Amino acid sequence: MYVYADNAATTALSPAALQAMLPYFSQEYGNASSLHSVGQRAAEALQKARETVAEAINADFKEIYFTGGGSEADNQAILSGAALGARKGKKHIISTVFEHHAVLHTLKKLEKEGFEVTLLDVHENGVVTADEVAAAIRPDTALVTIMFVNNEIGTIQPIAEIAAVCREKGVLFHTDAVQAVGHIPVDVKALGVDMLSMAAHKFHGPKGVGALYARKGVPLVNVIEGGQQERGKRGGTENIPGIVGMAAAIKEATTDLEAHMAYVTGLREKLIRGLEQIPHSRLNGDREKRVPGTVNFCFEGIEGEGLLLWLDAKGVAASSGSACTSGSLDPSHVLLALGLPHEIAHGSLRLSVDAWNTEEEIDHILQAVPQVVSYLREMSPVWDELERGQTPHLI
Amino acid sequence: MALYSEKVMDHFQNPRNVGKMEDADGIGEVGNAVCGDIMRMYIKVKDGIITDVKFITFGCGSAIASSSMATEMIKGKPIAEALELSNKAVAEALDGLPAHKLHCSVLAEEAVRAAVKDYYDKHGIQYDPAIFGCDDCAKAHEHAAET
Repeated sequence: MYVYADNAATTALSPAALQAMLPYFSQEYGNASSLHSVGQRAAEALQKARETVAEAINADFKEIYFTGGGSEADNQAILSGAALGARKGKKHIISTVFEHHAVLHTLKKLEKEGFEVTLLDVHENGVVTADEVAAAIRPDTALVTIMFVNNEIGTIQPIAEIAAVCREKGVLFHTDAVQAVGHIPVDVKALGVDMLSMAAHKFHGPKGVGALYARKGVPLVNVIEGGQQERGKRGGTENIPGIVGMAAAIKEATTDLEAHMAYVTGLREKLIRGLEQIPHSRLNGDREKRVPGTVNFCFEGIEGEGLLLWLDAKGVAASSGSACTSGSLDPSHVLLALGLPHEIAHGSLRLSVDAWNTEEEIDHILQAVPQVVSYLREMSPVWDELERGQTPHLI
Repeated sequence: MALYSEKVMDHFQNPRNVGKMEDADGIGEVGNAVCGDIMRMYIKVKDGIITDVKFITFGCGSAIASSSMATEMIKGKPIAEALELSNKAVAEALDGLPAHKLHCSVLAEEAVRAAVKDYYDKHGIQYDPAIFGCDDCAKAHEHAAET
């Protein structure tokens, strides 16, 4: 048995999405900007997809801008908020330390251009509060950007409360909802957000396509200059197969969402209960305020990459926030943001399951992980010192 | 996974000489947990020859494979030869390591040297301290970057 438990990294394309996409490669290959009937059929498919995506998050279709993925949507949202603020002399942006790099690196770029960025710390449970956001807002704050669901630990941020605070203070609010859409209810009107990013491949859509929701009246700046596609806000011939696939996938993922959430939450709880049995292990992030499918654990005395390689050999695809998997000296900025010491953060494991996973697969994971953890601990000098009492256990 | 050569994966999944040694003549430990790699190497020495060697390692696949390969390369060899083991030789014997993993082979070289140093110290054997270099991971990374 090989279990794919890395759905927060990417998902398999759903058969429904694939079927929806197929005609748009070689039969309906028109350019949606063309006047002839071939092009107009593509334009119709584009419009239909825009309406489907809008409906899934309770937006108006005119508020959906298709992009080349979640990172591009994040870039465009933040650069737009910054440009709007700068025109009013506001050059302060608020975010958190544990955002995705699509957000953090865009903010770094803006810092070099004279913006001031406040990165809020997160609590040990991986959640930031609306009060903390409110306290950080200044008269010159142009934008607040805070992720809906953290990609590594799965914790859910109080987005509606943060949006309310921002609205009250007249500050634009963007949320990176790449890990939320298709997994938990996302209603842009009920949430009160100004901008929201999503990526199709996180909910069984194709890679290379995403969307930015921008509330009517929020002016966007272009990341890609070109023609009049996407109401002039994103140049380049539209990726019709990708966009059609995204629409089919979002429709599928948001239909019967409550039932899917209950099922996936059941799988996740089984995973947590099983992994908690491993001595000196720790669940990272709030137990309750988390997306149904994501679990992140640290196991003391071992290193994450070895764990991943062995799990792969034993038929489990997972990921880790260890330094070795990132190609740098430092372990995940997300785990460090929770206050975990480096030596603990190195031994992390993220398992992300969804409605495509089964109980039997969870059983398989729960058989493999403890075996690999104890094998690696047996050959670990760190574990040896912990067991001999030469260094104290931290978890 | 294409990240590593077949040799690295073989030594990672079937590490040679893994385990602790109760009656070691020298024990060397290098790296630190903050950096994410620690290697401990045990040697048994008779008449200037490394007759047995064991290791335990906390670290990634390439750290475990590098330790395993280094033990194979020094087992049965005279100490003088073991001291000549270079990180480059370890990496080459593994059919190469990804650039950002080269520090693992540096740690393996240093673990061997640290074990020999410990053996010298414990047995009152005189040596030139200059032959034993750095043992912290930042330096190991720099060292790897240079090679």
